[in-house]
Amino acid sequence: MQAPVHHIVGYTSILRERLLPIPGTVLARLNQKVSPNDVIAEANWAREHVLLNVARTLGVSPNAADRLIKCKADDRLAASAEIAVGKGLFPRSVTAQREGRVVVVGGGQVLMEVGESKMELRAGISGTVIEIIPNRGAVIQTAGALVQGVWGNGRIDSGLLANLIEQPDGVLTAGRLDVSMRGFVILGGMVKDAEALKSAADLPVRGLILSSLYPSLIPQAREMRYPIIVIDGFGSLPMNSAAYKLLSTNVKREATVNAEARDRYSGACPEIIIPLPVSAVPPAPREVETFAPGLQVRMRRPPAMGLLGSIVAVKPGLTTLLSGLRAPAAEVKLENGETVIAPLINLEVVG
Amino acid sequence: MASSLVDGNSILAVDVGAASTRAVMFDVVEGEYRFVASGIAPSTAEAPFKDVSEGVRNAIINLQEILGKSLLDGSRDLITPSQPNGSGVDGMVVTISAGPTIKAVLVGLLKDVSLESARRLTESTYARIVETIGLNDRRKPEQQIDSILRIQPDLIVITGGTDGGASRSIQKLLEPIGLASFILPAEKVPAVLFAGNEKITGEVKSLIGSFAPALHTSPNVRPSLETEDLEPAQSELARMVVNIRKRQIKGVDLLDLWSGGHLLPTAYATGRMVRFLAKVYSAEKGILSIDLGASAAVISAGFKNKFTLGVYPQFGLGENLAGLLNYTTLEDILRWSPLDISEGVLRDYLYQKALYPSTIAATKEDLALSQAVARQALYLAMQSARRDFPRTASRLKPTLTPLFEPILTGGGALSDASRPGQSLLMLLDSLQPVGVTTVILDQNNLLPLLGAAAAQNNILPVQVIESGAFLSVGTVIVPVVSASYGIPILRSTLTYENGSEARVDLKYGSLESLPLSSGETGNLEIQCLRGADVGFGPGRGGTISVTGGALGVVFDGRGRPLNLPADAVRRRELIKKWNWTLGGE
Repeated sequence: MQAPVHHIVGYTSILRERLLPIPGTVLARLNQKVSPNDVIAEANWAREHVLLNVARTLGVSPNAADRLIKCKADDRLAASAEIAVGKGLFPRSVTAQREGRVVVVGGGQVLMEVGESKMELRAGISGTVIEIIPNRGAVIQTAGALVQGVWGNGRIDSGLLANLIEQPDGVLTAGRLDVSMRGFVILGGMVKDAEALKSAADLPVRGLILSSLYPSLIPQAREMRYPIIVIDGFGSLPMNSAAYKLLSTNVKREATVNAEARDRYSGACPEIIIPLPVSAVPPAPREVETFAPGLQVRMRRPPAMGLLGSIVAVKPGLTTLLSGLRAPAAEVKLENGETVIAPLINLEVVG
Repeated sequence: MASSLVDGNSILAVDVGAASTRAVMFDVVEGEYRFVASGIAPSTAEAPFKDVSEGVRNAIINLQEILGKSLLDGSRDLITPSQPNGSGVDGMVVTISAGPTIKAVLVGLLKDVSLESARRLTESTYARIVETIGLNDRRKPEQQIDSILRIQPDLIVITGGTDGGASRSIQKLLEPIGLASFILPAEKVPAVLFAGNEKITGEVKSLIGSFAPALHTSPNVRPSLETEDLEPAQSELARMVVNIRKRQIKGVDLLDLWSGGHLLPTAYATGRMVRFLAKVYSAEKGILSIDLGASAAVISAGFKNKFTLGVYPQFGLGENLAGLLNYTTLEDILRWSPLDISEGVLRDYLYQKALYPSTIAATKEDLALSQAVARQALYLAMQSARRDFPRTASRLKPTLTPLFEPILTGGGALSDASRPGQSLLMLLDSLQPVGVTTVILDQNNLLPLLGAAAAQNNILPVQVIESGAFLSVGTVIVPVVSASYGIPILRSTLTYENGSEARVDLKYGSLESLPLSSGETGNLEIQCLRGADVGFGPGRGGTISVTGGALGVVFDGRGRPLNLPADAVRRRELIKKWNWTLGGE
């Protein structure tokens, strides 16, 4: 049976597509070396629209109004610019209420987009641009450590990594965040109260890497302007030993925290990338494995949820579980020495 | 491409679910269609595969191993028609429920008329209504445009105006739809269904057709104020959903090709089957079908003159699970648990399970949690579905579930339960049926596949159903009565084919069962006490013929609506006892 792979890799080749959500201008060049904060593409985005009913305002038919309208699609109009003037001794006029661009004209109406703002797309990671995607963005290649998470608050930033927990089951409290942590990406364990999130925002930090988060804190976490990544899940889960070991041995290195929302269909996944010096480009991580003895796996459901282990044997046929359900299963030796029978569907390969 | 199914013998039916893909073989055995075997593989709609055809091929390969014959050639393409060497298949049908929830915007005139019809229509597929634009909407057109641009819906459903009725009001509502479609990038333009006043279909096409290339029209869902006819629009919507899936997920177009265009949304195919059965077995009672899976809870009911289909992604047990708390409380979910589990543990469970929808319960505590959640999700889905059941449906009390015969159940949560008793108790708790009914478990999730095949070959579904491909759980007797706990409410004697007898004295608040194996029949004499009603009238009894099943004849005397004891310890003890009565632990 094919197995999903959860990436916790010390040194690997990483390709990431960085795209504008709407068409724009790509600023990056092919083979350009980029840093996380470099703007690689930008787009103008109008937040609002204004529909001006010229025919009704001037009291004429739509066709007559179309003949009176002075602007056309794509025209840029200043605020108060005249759009149409009626006829008669005291003609009424229609003007642009706000500065904007004419989207379409017709049927006696004018649709304008207003409130334009510039959207900038940053590289997010250090690396080399290996492909330009016209009008949308670029593909950046780097090499280094990669740790995937299960939840992100949609932000991205980078900074030097600092560790505030001594053990994988450490808890990050507000008291542990002092001014010396300003501008760092914090490896922080579990968060159980909103104070810790707020203190991190007050400093501010460049990112929080958590083992787990209380579900009740998700709304506050989404509000934070710095990236938050949850590595293992919700509730009081310690960080899995592989992620903890990898992250805690990379302190003081630059880490990019891309806390993008998980999308099971596109494959988007929150992740931490720690670029490392390259002598030769390492292989990319595997995306799919086949369950087999010796593979390192992570338990995604009880028993031993979150623990790592290695497959001792894949059971033939269907196995009756403690719950009474029958499913394809494997015998897994956990890192704590215990051996459990787990359904294959509850396992993911770590690598 | 697959040849016509009418002339074919063997039919390969594939269901692409959110978690699993099943490949099922129907073939002619001794002159009649039979369910032969099924193969299963994890679905591959999601990353890293992002191609449903991979999971379909894996499921077919699994089926090949069971059948001992080839269905795919060396290039992993379908062999069709059947070859003289026994390889291949004559026809193929496909159903699909995998894919992200479709974001839908409703546009209509009046809240209680056309918008209500639009809601019912949209809830017949895997969609979530994210915006409603109606005649009473006080927003400016540009605000409606901005809302559509922000949401970027996959689907817009427009209804309104009786045939020959309002036209100007509808045209006014179309303006923001057309302009928003004009502004959106080509790949984001939503599919639009117009199912309103048929007299203005031409104008609708000229107004928004050039901006929304995926504009579909169907007969009016509300031809007159008093009449609602969703069926033609549901059919059109089903085809649109397939097209949306083709755009969203790689491999769907290949499956459409393999099946010769016989690809349907799973819920629509299930509904078609229920409608078909309601016509074939036209009876006083309705037919009810329940499917509780990862992508949605699907409830379909066929009555004499009406058919309803409700798809509720918000009550699915997959990625939307964390959102269940928008509709219920932790306390209401935990009332169904036989184990003492804290609200915090349940909350963590909901969020964790949403991360990994395809995972299953491996421990007893995890199973208790998952079944408590399944009960509440199905309970809520049933409450939603009941809004659309016809008032004329046969009932014992206006506030209770209508009478159904049979109740067909499927979906991961119900068919994967470790014992049939667990499945039945989940159904009794959440659906709360009344009177006399038969509960049938669709262990292999055949119902939608039969529905997909029915349009091409109407003999196949009937013969497969009558061949015993479904597991009969048993006959259920649920008296409606008002009594105190422990008071006798019903006496019954079951006379077996060999003349032997078994008796039960049902007390209020208890569950009892009498054995009657699958395939056996018996005569059940029912004596109602204290005004209890099982369908013969209050306090009146009678004798009925019953068929057996895995649990025989089950008597549910726990009252309707089911009120669980407020005391948590007593409630948990009772739930354990009820589980035990039905063969659980």
